Amino acid sequence: MGQRDTRMKNAFLAVIAAGLAAFMPLSAAAQDVAAPAATAADAGAVEGAQTAPGPEALPGNLTPAEAGAAPAGEGVYTPMAPTKGKGMPTSYQDDPVKSLTFQDQYSADGEYALWMHDVILLPVITAISLLVLGLLLYVVVRFNRRANPVASKTTHNTMIEVVWTILPVIILVIIAVPSITLLARQYETPPANAVTIKATGYQWYWGYTYPDHGEIEVVSNMLDEAAAAKSGEPHQLAVDNRMVVPAGVPLRIQTTASDVIHAFAVPSLWFKMDAVPGRLNEKMLTIKQPGVYYGQCSELCGARHGYMPIAIEALPPAEFAAWVKAQGGSMPGEAASEAAPAVRPAADAVAAPADAG
Amino acid sequence: MATTAEGFDIHQDHGHDAHDHADHKPGFFARWFMSTNHKDIGTMYLIFAIIAGIVGGAISGIMRVELQEPGIQYLQWWAEFMGGGSDLNTALHMWNVFITAHGLIMVFFMVMPAMIGGFGNWFVPLMIGAPDMAFPRMNNVSFWLTVAGFVSLLFSLFVPGGTGPGAGTGWTVYAPLSTSGSVGPAVDFAIFSLHLAGAGSILGATNFITTIFNMRAPGMTLHKMPLFVWSVLVTAFLLLLALPVLAAAITMLLTDRNFGTTFFNPAGGGDPVLYQHLFWFFGHPEVYIMILPGFGMISQIVATFSKKPVFGYLGMAYAMVAIGVVGFIVWAHHMYTVGLDVNTKMYFTAATMVIAVPTGVKIFSWIATMWGGSISFKSPMVWSMGFIFLFTVGGVTGVVLANGGIDDNLHDTYYVVAHFHYVLSMGAVFSMFAGFYYWFPKMSGRMHSELLSHLHFWTFFVGVNVIFFPQHFLGMQGMPRRYPDYAEAFHFWHQISSYGYYIMAGSMIFFFVNILYALMAGKKAEANPWGEGATTLEWTLPSPPPYHQFETLPVITDAHDYHDHRPATA
Repeated sequence: MGQRDTRMKNAFLAVIAAGLAAFMPLSAAAQDVAAPAATAADAGAVEGAQTAPGPEALPGNLTPAEAGAAPAGEGVYTPMAPTKGKGMPTSYQDDPVKSLTFQDQYSADGEYALWMHDVILLPVITAISLLVLGLLLYVVVRFNRRANPVASKTTHNTMIEVVWTILPVIILVIIAVPSITLLARQYETPPANAVTIKATGYQWYWGYTYPDHGEIEVVSNMLDEAAAAKSGEPHQLAVDNRMVVPAGVPLRIQTTASDVIHAFAVPSLWFKMDAVPGRLNEKMLTIKQPGVYYGQCSELCGARHGYMPIAIEALPPAEFAAWVKAQGGSMPGEAASEAAPAVRPAADAVAAPADAG
Repeated sequence: MATTAEGFDIHQDHGHDAHDHADHKPGFFARWFMSTNHKDIGTMYLIFAIIAGIVGGAISGIMRVELQEPGIQYLQWWAEFMGGGSDLNTALHMWNVFITAHGLIMVFFMVMPAMIGGFGNWFVPLMIGAPDMAFPRMNNVSFWLTVAGFVSLLFSLFVPGGTGPGAGTGWTVYAPLSTSGSVGPAVDFAIFSLHLAGAGSILGATNFITTIFNMRAPGMTLHKMPLFVWSVLVTAFLLLLALPVLAAAITMLLTDRNFGTTFFNPAGGGDPVLYQHLFWFFGHPEVYIMILPGFGMISQIVATFSKKPVFGYLGMAYAMVAIGVVGFIVWAHHMYTVGLDVNTKMYFTAATMVIAVPTGVKIFSWIATMWGGSISFKSPMVWSMGFIFLFTVGGVTGVVLANGGIDDNLHDTYYVVAHFHYVLSMGAVFSMFAGFYYWFPKMSGRMHSELLSHLHFWTFFVGVNVIFFPQHFLGMQGMPRRYPDYAEAFHFWHQISSYGYYIMAGSMIFFFVNILYALMAGKKAEANPWGEGATTLEWTLPSPPPYHQFETLPVITDAHDYHDHRPATA
């Protein structure tokens, strides 16, 4: 909250002092320019064999198939309760100011992008809009027919034309510096030990596989209204089985799709990457703190495009390891032998929604 | 002597035995169905655009009513009404059909026909002192191809297209949702509709280019052309270069769908992203196609009512050329999240921001045109000033979205919806209303009511802002576009947005009442109702102009600089 309030205050102050504020970030941003421009995340690898085919038919209501990869005994893992206002949109009734702007960010890139928007972009665009509005109002008052009966014959002024060409260029260069920096940061290559999670879009649900953790597979369907209310989660965003990840460590998120294009998007992590059939997109993501972060499919994918939300549950690494074990997987480096048989139930779970139809 | 036609009433001329052949009109059928007259074709385009606009606007009403509350309220009813089943998947498919139809209708059958077909046809020949377009029969073909395209699109609504009737692919028709993802002929008809409308536009574009290059009155050099003609010239080149790429892309969709090719199917070595590149290579110039004629109209109107020549004419003309050129090399900013290479994304970020420069030149030049002027706030002028402000707001959010890293969050959210509606349904549409009120007296020979036009402006201004400004908030909070339903947190701003729609829809009553009033009881319009500021050639002709104008070509002398387009003898 405190962090948020400061941010809003900064933004509004910056709006007022827009002209100045736009120049200040330069020095702060300059040191980041040297950030390595990572090579393409777009692996472009064509997957010959598609992953689990989408279900042929779906149940006629929005009840999710009850066949997700349920925790296999042990009782170590219970789904985390979401924190209101964290990782989810805020309603006007809950907080009018928060409902006007971006969700709070929980990744380093997200914080940087948000800073760039609040401190550079928003003040600049507000100032430009107000400048144009102010000029229009001035013209209305000063140069209306009554105030100025005789029109001037001015048709050019080379000086001012040069100025209003160069000035926008300067402003754009100022915007471009942090913008390019942000892109470079977003494309940093994940370290070798990053936790890999592959998100596959299906019509109309998500599947998450953990190739480094004994090929665990999680099938994630939206909860209907009653179920969401029961688990105290926002309807339209809550899912039966979340994508569980460790917090504070680099994740290697890969996306692909089995039928049409979907997009894996989580606003509070400033993360959006299309899931394209035949392609494997990859991007690094580090979630700063444990929590539940909701997102929604963001590429039109057919009838139930609006009903395949994403829920990421970031756990402390130890709890994540426990969750992996509960799923029948194994942490990298552990003996994988015992994991092998455990894969089966999870794999069956993927096909389950098809049976449900 | 040029005579004056008696208004819009088509029946008035029926069987009319005019002896003055400058105003001799053919019979009803020949005049309106075999038309070769640029003014008649322009009128038909405008009427067509108004009809398509009513359909497209009604669809957006269906969407805003549905989105007023979370949950699905009316879609099932609509699914049954349109001949589908009542199950939920059909209802949700209907939603996608609505968003698709709204987008395609507004882009291809409302804005483009009104701007280029309507105002372009009417006023390019008049402004350059030409008797008609270069290829009058081809002009007619362009119009009827557009009508055929619209019919094909409407037809697609009633045939199967996946989990229900109609094409539910979005106006972008992305593969593979539009290929393997949509079973049934609806998408084929929607694609065919684009083929027809696209062919019509290509023919129209060649017609405009030929007309402008070959048929200018003696003495009217390119640098003496009114800026509206410049804008149509640039637009015509964009159409000519962009539409064939769309035609190729959607033809590949058709063969992927029907003949087993795999251009966009990875299973056969194709790539869905290829379609997006092809589509947006057309799609981005397309957004300038929709706004450039508006730029031209605003320039004419601002100069007229400020009683001053356009400030920085050459800068204004070449800013449009620059926007047109740069518009072809920024397409992938619509695809920031598909998995572009980092260098590609940096390039498109930088290139996209460059467009803000010529656009800024135009905004500032319009204000400088007013600066020192003696402005009368007639209806076209208030719509133009509304345009300048709202287009600026839409433009600056475009600068935000241009940043690939920022767009990662905003892509495919309501922020984007708000952005492009600010530049289109406030930019393009405001310029169309400005142009309509500016030229309506010239086209019809009747004056509209200034009071109703001003009421229309203010209510419309409030309405569209209430609709679209809150959508920025929704987008930043993460509301994805093309959703029929949403989390409770988005409720408030969606509700406000829907209320805005009702204001906007109500405001259109003023528009239609105004037209009816003007046609039935409006004062007769003089040749130049706008006074000394209106310097272009169309104001030298009576209102409405004779059926055939400029049988003796006007001569533009060197004594006139390029800000004054009246013939020396006028």
